[in-house]
Order: sequence, then structure tokens, then C-alpha cells
Amino acid sequence: MGAVWTAFPELHPPAASSIAQGVDKLYFFLTLITLFFTALIFGTIFYFMIRYRRRKEDELAGGPHEHLPLELTWTIIPTLICVVIFIWASFLYVRNSRPPKASMDIFVIGKQWMWHIEHPEGVREINELHVPVNTPVRIIMTSQDVIHDFYIPAFRVKKDALPGRYTSLWFEATEVGTYHFYCAQYCGTDHSKMIGWVYVMNPTDYAAWLAGGSKTESMADAGEKLFTRYACATCHLSDGSGRGPSLVGLFGKPEKLLTGESRVVDESLLRQAISVPNSVRLSNFPPIMPSYQGQINEEQLLQLISYIKSLGSEERKTSGK
Amino acid sequence: MSSTATVDNLEIPAESRLNYLNASYGIKSWLLTTDHKRIALLYLVSITFMFLVGGVAATLMRLHLIEPQGALVDPETYNRLFSIHGIVMVFFFLVPSIPATLGNFLVPMMIGARDVAFPKLNLMSWYIYITGAAFTLYAAVTGGVDTGWTFYTPFSSNYSHSAVIPVALGVFITGFSSILTGLNFIVTIHKMRAPGMTWFRLPLFIWAMYATSIIFILGTPVIAITLFLLGLERLLHIGIFDPAVGGDPLLFQHLFWFYSHPAVYIMILPGMGVISELITAFSRKRIFGYSFVAFSSMAIAVISFLVWGHHMFVTGQSVYAGLVFSVLSFLVAIPSAVKVFNWTATLYKGSISYQAPMLYALGFIGLFTMGGLTGLFLASLAVDVHLNGTYFVVAHFHYIMVGGAVMAYMGGLHFWWPKITGRLYPDAWARFSALVIFVGFNLTFFPQFVMGYLGMPRRYAVYPPEFQVLNVMSSAGASVLAVGYVIPLVYFIWSMRYGPPAGPNPWGAKGLEWETPSPPPTENFEEIPIVTEEAYNYPQLPEVARG
Repeated sequence: MGAVWTAFPELHPPAASSIAQGVDKLYFFLTLITLFFTALIFGTIFYFMIRYRRRKEDELAGGPHEHLPLELTWTIIPTLICVVIFIWASFLYVRNSRPPKASMDIFVIGKQWMWHIEHPEGVREINELHVPVNTPVRIIMTSQDVIHDFYIPAFRVKKDALPGRYTSLWFEATEVGTYHFYCAQYCGTDHSKMIGWVYVMNPTDYAAWLAGGSKTESMADAGEKLFTRYACATCHLSDGSGRGPSLVGLFGKPEKLLTGESRVVDESLLRQAISVPNSVRLSNFPPIMPSYQGQINEEQLLQLISYIKSLGSEERKTSGK
Repeated sequence: MSSTATVDNLEIPAESRLNYLNASYGIKSWLLTTDHKRIALLYLVSITFMFLVGGVAATLMRLHLIEPQGALVDPETYNRLFSIHGIVMVFFFLVPSIPATLGNFLVPMMIGARDVAFPKLNLMSWYIYITGAAFTLYAAVTGGVDTGWTFYTPFSSNYSHSAVIPVALGVFITGFSSILTGLNFIVTIHKMRAPGMTWFRLPLFIWAMYATSIIFILGTPVIAITLFLLGLERLLHIGIFDPAVGGDPLLFQHLFWFYSHPAVYIMILPGMGVISELITAFSRKRIFGYSFVAFSSMAIAVISFLVWGHHMFVTGQSVYAGLVFSVLSFLVAIPSAVKVFNWTATLYKGSISYQAPMLYALGFIGLFTMGGLTGLFLASLAVDVHLNGTYFVVAHFHYIMVGGAVMAYMGGLHFWWPKITGRLYPDAWARFSALVIFVGFNLTFFPQFVMGYLGMPRRYAVYPPEFQVLNVMSSAGASVLAVGYVIPLVYFIWSMRYGPPAGPNPWGAKGLEWETPSPPPTENFEEIPIVTEEAYNYPQLPEVARG
């Protein structure tokens, strides 16, 4: 595939992520299948058109009008081909949808008509995304208004950014360079201007860029201030003696909800707990937490979640918090 | 072959004979008709008008996209253009196209009936269609709608400042015309077949209409409910689709595609039925694998209700749901492939002639094959993640909807035009326009496959300059395509006055509709025919006689 593929760079976008080549291989295979069957059908039709053209007005046709073995053949062979493609594509998809454990998180908020991007260190960007090369990056996103879709063709990744919940995608960029990203879900007037650039950088360049960025404080630090401002610590005491559960070390642990459901505490669960607390109550706590929906905006929500994530991590313990 | 003698006797000039066109005159005799053939013509005029509306919108879009920064209109207008193009073409042209025109005309004739089961409901369905179309067109000219034909929430419910409600109401209303047509066809096919017309003697067009009708009556209520909810949400903010009050914007997509995916088969199944008629008539052969072609229509109708989630692979839908919808989407491809192979095999040892309808039919097979195969890309989860929402999707469904459904509709119109009007059109012009359409179509939509894999998202009023070459190719193709559609309009209208009389059976085709004069009398048949043979029973050489 390699030679044919690289000979026509105008037929595919650059392959700049760890999953791009796998997707391209399947795409190439599908293209071959398409070419084969299109040629088969066109070729057969053209041959029959010439071979069996009507030569006399009163000519009669011949030939069979049923043939069970043939019917089975052209039912079973396409079915088998479909099974192969399904397994191949699904295997890739399942693999591509699981981020590696050690990926770094970057937060993306879509709104009409721009992308707001925030790094955990607190650096904010608009319609630009800087990432280090050869590092798994998980994009956690939401939308402030309508449905958007974050799409980086060079990485072969795409995911809707939905209002009211988090979705995520991940990639590991493999080539330093600059690539387009787009909004791929129609979102109103300036949908086609909701585009930007991904800058894939060497780790040292990335570190320098982060250091030079216009950050004020890390997302977790900003979240801590919000935690204080909203007096969350009144109930969520760190030693667990409060009226609400302790949040230290909570992130990433499975918790049993009042409904009997067991869920791992992730960004989505925390979001739900802050917006609609009673929908994810823990069994041993009273339903007294008010909803903060509408009081906290999407960015603040992400900061609070970043803070809660950081509670119980080594870094925060040693800094005395 | 006993019918030949009677057919010859009927070869008298159309003018001197009473038929459904000259049985009565005046505008009232048309607007109050319950004759399925006249209703078919009312529909034909209406949907042709809607096709022109949708076509003009498409032409303006393609002109605009010649320049990366947009050559013609501002983004607001562009968004309204693609929205009205999609809404008009899907709900007001493609869905009713073959069923409401050719279906209305032919279902009773092909099964040997004098009319459909409920002629008044049939007329009512046309009035409902016109009412819906009026709402939509009114909204389109007084501000327009910018939601796309998919009406995704919460954009359509809470954010769009355009005429969402009147347009959605128009689509809602028109849905009932589909339901009435479907109901009429199902009852007609069950109860009104001529003596001897058993299920397995039915022309395959009837099987396709039957399968389509089932989707009409099962699927259309769902889109009605969905649009009703959208209206409630927009007017009263009840919150079904609004996450701020606990609603779910994706629920809309599930409901929408539960109808709109089967609707794709509403658009293509009738086309498949037409192709089975054309291929047999122009190769003078029985269809290859009758029961496989018939049952594949039914299989498509059933499976089509189970694949809607493949429109939502990148919405955050669970991986397991994705796997299930993917495998079902592959499954629905199989019956379509079976049909293509059977049509191709029908040509084998046929006596093939190449009048215009046959050119359209062969064009259909080729373009539908490409449309179907590119569907496999989109059913493949990992590849769909990249292609979803790009021009690849646009190209794929236009290969099915225009390369497939519209080619079949044009082919069918050319095939039955002499029956409908009693006149022949100039075949050379018709063949020329078929060729122009085929070339123009491929030039328009093939570059869009490449554009899509390169990553160009759909519904973009402006785009990065690296996509310009492909966009210009596509726009050039669109102008060729537009010319291809105007030529038939001219010679069809010309033929109504100046075309030579067609005679009852100009193609030498089998089927009950060809055993009655052209144009047919109001009651279709002087005497209800008695069917003694299977469909497409063309006289055939014994197996050994031909080498």
C-alpha cells in the first residue's frame, strides 16, 4: 500500500497521529474493494451490452432466469467481505476509543463560533491547540450552546462537543507540524469559520511555549479558589466527617450510588454531581446539596473538577493542601 | 400472446378515443378528480416544481463555492440555501417522487385494477402535500430556515433565529400525504389484484411499492412526532431536548434518524422497482432471480429500521451501540448487492436495446453500485470517525439519491411517458440528456469523495483554499448536470403537443399497463384482465438455440 499511497499525497490528508496509518490502511482496502466491484459490475455490463445487443427487431432472448448456486454465491461472498471489514473496523475503533492511562488532559469548550481551549497549567487559547509530539493527549470537551464537533483530519479523530455533558477523544501526534482542526457539526451562521490550527511541537518547545503563555494560575488552583468561594468545604470536609463525602482521593475510584449503580468517579460524574446533585447521590449522605447549574459556567466547572481531581494526588499532599 | 391481436385493434389515434385525459375538461375536473392517473399528474407537476426550487438552491450553492471565501452570498444566506435544498429535495421531491407519480399511475394498472382502494384519500393526499409545500415555501421566501434538513437540537429548538416552525410544520403536514399513499397502496395491492395476479406474478415494481408503503406507514408517524416535539420545545421550552433542564439533545437525533434512515429506503426502493421493470423490458427477458429481488426489498424495509445509530458514531454514543449499529448497517448492504447482481445477470443472453430508459437504468446500476460500496466506508466504525460530517458523506448519499433514485425516476418517466401522455418524445435527445446527466453527475460528486477524505467538512460557506480545485470541478459538474435536467423538461413539454402517437406498447414490453391504450381510458381496462402468466414472460429461445 505504502508506495501507491504516498504517490498521491493530494488524495489524503497528512497522517500525523499514531492511529492515522491504521485508518488509512482500512480506507485503502475499502477503496480496493470498491474499485474491484465497480470494475466487475461495469465490465460485466459493458460486455453484455455489446455481446447481447439487439441485432434484429424480432430477436428473442435466451438464458436462464434463476440459478440458486449463483444467488448463494453472490449473497455469501459479499457477506463474508462485510464480516471481514466489520471486524477490522471495529477492532480499530475499540482500540482508538480507549485513551492510554498516562495521557495528558486538555479541555475544550465549543461555543458559537469559536473553540476555547485550556491546558491544566492554566494556559488558555482560542482556535489554536498546542500539543507535544509523541505524547498521548486526551481532549475533554463540552459545548456552551449547541452541538459542535471537534475534528482533526490529520489525526483521523473526531467527536461531538455536546452541551450539558463531557465527551472525549484522544490522540498521540507523531509528526511535528501544523494541522487544521474544524467544527464538523453544523452549528449556525459562522460554522465554517469555527476552525483553527493544531501545533504539534517538540516537548522542549512545548514546555517553553507553556512557560511563556499568558497563564495566571493552573486550572486546579483556580478551582481551589472557586471551592472556597462557594464554600464547598463546609460540607465536604477532607477527613470525611462532613455532611458531604470527602473529595480527597475520590477521583478515579468506583462509588456505589443510591440507585445501586456503581460508577467510577470521572469528569462526567463530577459534572453531574455539581449540576444535578440528587441524580448521583451516594447512599450514606443526605440529599442536601443544592444544584450549581447556571451559577457556574463551563470553564469554572472544569476548574473545579480539575481541583477535585488534584485532591489526594502526591503533588497536592506535599504542598500541604 | 393472445393479447397481441387486441392491442393491434387499439392502435387508433389517441384524439379520437375517449381516455383519462380527454374524458372531461376544465380546471375543476382536475382539482376534484379521483382518478389515480390524474392525481399522478397533479403530483408530477407539483414535484417537478419542487425539484426546480431545490435545484436552483443547489446551483446557487455550487456557484458560491467556486471561491474559498464564497463567491456569491454571505454565510447566513448560504446556510439557508443548503437547508432549503435539503428539505425540499428530501421531503418534497425524493420521498414522494416515484411513489406519488409513477406509483399512483401504475400500481392499479400493473395489478389490473380500475383505481386505488381509496380514490378520495388519494386526492386528499395531494392536497395535504400541497398544503405542506405551501408552508415550507412560504417560510423559505419570508426569511428562510438555517437548520439544515436535519433540524438538530438544541440549535433548531433554542438558537436558530429563522423560520423553523413554519418549515417543520410544512414537513409535518406533508408526512400525512405519505401515510395516505402508503395505506392506499397496501390495501390496493392486497385486495384489488386482477384474477390470476398472484403475489409471485406481481411486477417487481409492485413489490418495491409494497415495501416502500410499509416504511411510509411505520416510519412517517415518527418524524411527525419528532417535529411536533421540536415545535413544542421551540415554542414552550418544555425541555425535552435541552440539557439545561435535564433534557437530551441527542434524543432528537435518535428520533429523527429512526425515521430518516428508513426514509433513505423510501427514496431508493421505488427506484429499484423501476429498474427491474426497465432492465427486463429492454433485454426482453424475465428478471433473474425474481424471488431474490422481491424479498430483498422486504429485507431492506425491515433492516432499515434498525440502523439509525450509524448516523451517530461520533456523538459519544457507547462503543457497544456503535458495534451493533455497524454490523446491522453492513447487513442492510447485502440485499442491495443481491439486487445489483441479479440485474446484471438479467442482461446475460438478453436481446438488449438502448433507448433512453435503458440508458438511465444502466446508469443507475453503475452509480448505485458506487453509492452502495462507499456506504461500506461509513458503516466501518474507525473510518467513519474520520469521514462523518465531511463531503464524503455528501458524495455518498448523492450517489444513492441522485445517481440512484433520480436516475431511476428519470428512467421510469421516460419509460412510461408514452403510456401517460400517449405521445413519444425524441429518443435521440433523451439519450443525449441521459449521457449529459451521467457525466455531469460524476463530475459533480466524485471530487467530493476526495474532498471528504482530505477532511473538508460539509455545510461550509467558506473553506480553506487547498480545497478549491476540487470544489471548482464539482461546481463545473453541477452546471453540466443542470443542463442535463433542463433538456428533458423541454422535450417532454414539446412531445405533449407535437410528439407522434405512441400506440399502446411502444417498447414491446410485458405487463398489464401495456395491454391497454395509451393514454389509458379512465377505467384503465375495458375488461378486467385475467392473468395467466408470470411477470416478464417474454417469449424466449430454447436454451440450445443461441450460442
